[in-house]
Amino acid sequence: MKCLAFGGAGTLFTLSGGILMPSALGQTASASDVPLFLQISDTHIGFNKDANPDVAGTLKETIAKVNAMAAKPLLTIHTGDITHLSKAAEFDLASQLLMDLRAGELHTVPGEHDVTDGPGTEYFARFGKASDNRGYYSFDHRGVHFVALVNVMHFQPGGLGAFGAEQLAWLKQDLAGLSASMPVVVFAHMPMWTINESWGWGTGDAPEALSYLRRFGSVTVLNGHIHQIVQKVEGNVTFHTARSTAYPQPQPGAGDGPGPLKVPPDQLPHMLGLTSIMVKRHHLFLSDSTLA
Amino acid sequence: MRPIAVFAALPLCALLSAAPVRADDNVIIIKHFMFNPMDITVPAGTDVTWENQDGEPHTVVSVTGDFRSEALDEKDKFSHRFDTPGTYKYICSIHPRMVGTITVMAK
Repeated sequence: MKCLAFGGAGTLFTLSGGILMPSALGQTASASDVPLFLQISDTHIGFNKDANPDVAGTLKETIAKVNAMAAKPLLTIHTGDITHLSKAAEFDLASQLLMDLRAGELHTVPGEHDVTDGPGTEYFARFGKASDNRGYYSFDHRGVHFVALVNVMHFQPGGLGAFGAEQLAWLKQDLAGLSASMPVVVFAHMPMWTINESWGWGTGDAPEALSYLRRFGSVTVLNGHIHQIVQKVEGNVTFHTARSTAYPQPQPGAGDGPGPLKVPPDQLPHMLGLTSIMVKRHHLFLSDSTLA
Repeated sequence: MRPIAVFAALPLCALLSAAPVRADDNVIIIKHFMFNPMDITVPAGTDVTWENQDGEPHTVVSVTGDFRSEALDEKDKFSHRFDTPGTYKYICSIHPRMVGTITVMAK
């Protein structure tokens, strides 16, 4: 079993004995260790402030790191904030850069930065087709059920992220027919447990969603949004947030608010990265790696 | 003694000149993840302007769908004209803990 590595460009997820575990890129030497999938997050294309004036450059570095992997996955997920300001030109540049990623099919969910122009606009024009413009959808891949959820479209004043009743009803229905022994991977932009309420780092109606998932033997919940790794295990559910490829954010509650964190330039590559997931005998192994 | 008196007067001067810092009534500054002022009252027909002074983008989104800005990057502004009396609550859709209210009075 591999440990979380806090220095690499992403997280790699493996399935082993029914539980998804992270493992570090470059540390999974065996050619048989083909990652089940990769997770990248918070690319924030369009951001140009001091915390990282070249987010396109760090995304390119991330992509180069993935493309240099000995064994490449057939699937990559992007857990949102593809762009910084939801602008068409930002989506165009992000798509152009991500085309170079040789890591299988790319599945996305929107972050709140991707949908500032409201429902049915830039993000959905590009990524909405598969989900009939709802943004949430599911699919199976190598015996694992993947569920993509949207928790950035139903904000209430003063509140956390939310799925909304319609999406929760869909989720309940989607999971209803599945065997409890099927591993489930759920991904959404905002954390599905409350990491910091005053910064909105949580999802208000996540407990309802998790109540549908509790019967499964292996559930892995993957999020972005907070630009740093935070994880916990609760019963059969493993929660894990990924690093950004663009810029770090302060630790929960430290400072004015959840804005970009400026660090010395030599520190930045240590704080950006991705996650990789392997499967072994039905266990999923997650590993995080940075650009350093 | 005299120099001491001069020095003692300085903070008071600063305080007095700082007190009427009340910015233009129709401008709301977004800074440190807050709308400032959070609540304002204006006569019908007023243009209200928001200016983002944070390095992080923010939006101005009416809870009832009456108005919506694009994502405002640092130094970007957004204006909306309020013609109809009423109470308009709004949030930042990127950071929904940020809330504000515009109260529009009949002329």
